[in-house]
Amino acid sequence: MMTPETEEALAEAVRAARDPFRIQGGGTRPVGRPVTGAALGTAGLSGVRLYEPGALTMVAGAGTPLAEIEAALAAEGQRLAFEPMDHRGLLGTEGTPTIGGAAAANVSGPRRISVGACRDFLLGLRFVDGTGAVVKNGGRVMKNVTGYDLVKLMAGSHGTLGVLTEVSFKVLPAPAAAATLTIRGLSDAAAVAVLARALGSPFEVTGAAHRPLGAAGAPETLIRIEGFESSVAYRARRLSALLGDAGAVAVETDPDRVAETWTGVRDVADFHGRAGDVWRLSVKPGDAPALAERLGAEALLYDWGGGLVWALIPEGTDARAALGTYAGHATLVRASAETRARIPPFQPEVPALARISAGLRAKFDPKGLFNPGLTG
Amino acid sequence: MEMPAPDAAILSRKDKIIARLAKELPADALIHDPAETRAYECDALTAYRCPPLAVVLPASTAEVSAVLRICHEERVPVVPRGAGTSLAGGALPTADSVILGVARMNDVLETDYANRFIRVQTGRTNLSVTGAVEEEGFFYAPDPSSQLACAIAGNIAMNSGGAHCLKYGVTTNNLLGATVVLMDGSVVELGGAHLDAGGLDLLGVICGSEGQLGVVTEATLRILRQPEGARPLLMGFSSNEVAGACVSDIIKAGLLPVAIEFMDRPCIRACEDFAHAGYPDVEALLIVEVEGSAAEIDEQLGLIKQIAATHNPDELRESGSAEESALIWKGRKSAFGAMGQINDYICLDGTIPVSELPRVLKGIGDLSKAYGLGVANVFHAGDGNMHPLILFDANAPGELEKAEALGADILTLCVEAGGCLTGEHGVGVEKRDLMAAQYAPEDMEAQMRVKDVFDPDWLLNPAKVFPLETSASRRPAMAAE
Repeated sequence: MMTPETEEALAEAVRAARDPFRIQGGGTRPVGRPVTGAALGTAGLSGVRLYEPGALTMVAGAGTPLAEIEAALAAEGQRLAFEPMDHRGLLGTEGTPTIGGAAAANVSGPRRISVGACRDFLLGLRFVDGTGAVVKNGGRVMKNVTGYDLVKLMAGSHGTLGVLTEVSFKVLPAPAAAATLTIRGLSDAAAVAVLARALGSPFEVTGAAHRPLGAAGAPETLIRIEGFESSVAYRARRLSALLGDAGAVAVETDPDRVAETWTGVRDVADFHGRAGDVWRLSVKPGDAPALAERLGAEALLYDWGGGLVWALIPEGTDARAALGTYAGHATLVRASAETRARIPPFQPEVPALARISAGLRAKFDPKGLFNPGLTG
Repeated sequence: MEMPAPDAAILSRKDKIIARLAKELPADALIHDPAETRAYECDALTAYRCPPLAVVLPASTAEVSAVLRICHEERVPVVPRGAGTSLAGGALPTADSVILGVARMNDVLETDYANRFIRVQTGRTNLSVTGAVEEEGFFYAPDPSSQLACAIAGNIAMNSGGAHCLKYGVTTNNLLGATVVLMDGSVVELGGAHLDAGGLDLLGVICGSEGQLGVVTEATLRILRQPEGARPLLMGFSSNEVAGACVSDIIKAGLLPVAIEFMDRPCIRACEDFAHAGYPDVEALLIVEVEGSAAEIDEQLGLIKQIAATHNPDELRESGSAEESALIWKGRKSAFGAMGQINDYICLDGTIPVSELPRVLKGIGDLSKAYGLGVANVFHAGDGNMHPLILFDANAPGELEKAEALGADILTLCVEAGGCLTGEHGVGVEKRDLMAAQYAPEDMEAQMRVKDVFDPDWLLNPAKVFPLETSASRRPAMAAE
């Protein structure tokens, strides 16, 4: 694998290249169509370059391991609030998740529902485009509308428009306390309705998930609150009262157990070690239970109040055919290379949007060097 | 500030163009009498004016599509316009352009409290989006100062912010979906009630593109439940540096107030004379607002007061009632109006890393002395979004040019400090020629490629954002006479 040590060396390699590259950060998220090409990694572009806790900002090389970033933040009582998922357990991959990989795939966790996605925390970035030019966009300040927002364009582009070399992002204080409220035994539809009530309350819910098969094989509906200790206690009380008509509300405040629960939701732990294809649906939360039913899934996990549905279904099944028409999109996250070659892993776009996307790829990567065919 | 010369060939075809538009629009939705088009000659950046060729006021996405299709076929530039409140000249016409105003499109199309969104036509004003959902206890978070007048269309075009975005983010963080009409008249749907894009994040690219990629006619916006309560705390300090250090300490302590506003002495005095908010006569004033239940507010304000005490504040005043809260905010919210009473001013919008506040404020003070023009500072300190107001006399020959030169120097200072030219107002024409201070040619080239894809003929909102010489080879060549 080619791992340039500097941005300039990377740009030089791209300028000289005639054959395609398979771009990777830590290589933990091989989502999309199988790509043939020489591996080009960002591991050489690693390290925290600037961290200002008082300004809630950090700048790091794209290849910086997330673990290194999280450790630096934890030392100052801060964190990555978008809670990036670790795909290794679900995809059976090894390697080290990187900040550039999280940005390129716009990876977010349960807190996306309250604070926003990875793309909402990215303040600026640098990348090498397909002509070998080094481009910067955005900066390291919280508000920036100077020129077009290419940060959003690059976030979630899966390395098809350029190779990220540096990212700057907003961080947030880690709360002093957290709690998980659990209601057991709800149907999927009842659970999503309960989560909607929680999210529509003034009590700042930062996690809203439903495990149809919870720890003891029974459904668990999960709500997270975070903040100062007295505030968490108050909100837990108010939410318990608000939702009590749906079932008994158990409140867990042990920090390790709360963290474990939500890491499990974030990483879809319920599917780990189970065979089958994994699909990820982004839908209007209220539509989720009915859509999920069409899938006939072996296992399900609802996050984001229902807006994110993880489904484990038999290998080689086209979930889109089962879903029919709905508002949202479905991604085939885990399947054999054969299935990923046959069923487009990313949601096909309507022709008008596909034209724009193809036009952007042709402009940013005119030689077709970066992950060709990955999203096609 | 230079604008391209109008295309004489377009001006000579005015009658034909008007006739084609008239076939698609009701009579009262098409304005082409020079006496009437003058009403659209500028936006809130009134220093620059130019009446357009015509003005269209469509009432539906279909009418917007018809107008753009005709203008595309006729190769006529189009300037989209929301409510015309841009401080950056984002809706400044050229003489050969058609202004496309969306003000008549102000319906609420759908409200969904269980899924927490509202879908509106984009001519609707920012404040009336909240107005549509507040009875159910919800609100739309981005709150630019012009929220009573400004339209969602303009908010999306400029990715507007506001005082409360420290906690709730700016427009792009609250925009879920958009109906976009492209320059050729085709209509595309981006996003919706679900989160995040399945492919490239084109919604994120459209937001903040200053109306140069497409015209957004309908928007799906995230709505949030109102907090149980909110209360501001007013703090006065003996210097800008001390106030800036206090802001940094509050954030480092793990508090996330919903707003931290900063005013310096010139601004405090003007606001006090204007609004009689009871502001103390100090060098620097902070207004910090927190949200939650009464007990939660007490706890957070208690911590903030402890932090402030380590900076020896001259004044520390916690609101004791809704009336007192309103009064504290009244002074801040009337800042621009108050300054306007005593002076002409240019409002800047540079953003800097919060840690650079003291140094940049001192630099602004030095520049102000060197130019002999007063500068009052009022800004969103929590996110480093500064609003220096350069005070000048528009009737004195040469003062506007001097004030603009001072503004350019201040914005360059912001960029040098690690910041940017504009935090929430947009580039428009105002900061167009400063883009090179922040972006290298290849950075702008990458942005212009995006426009090449969405609007290959470069007809939408001409002569904005990119310096004219930078975009020269892409902009339409003048048709030969």
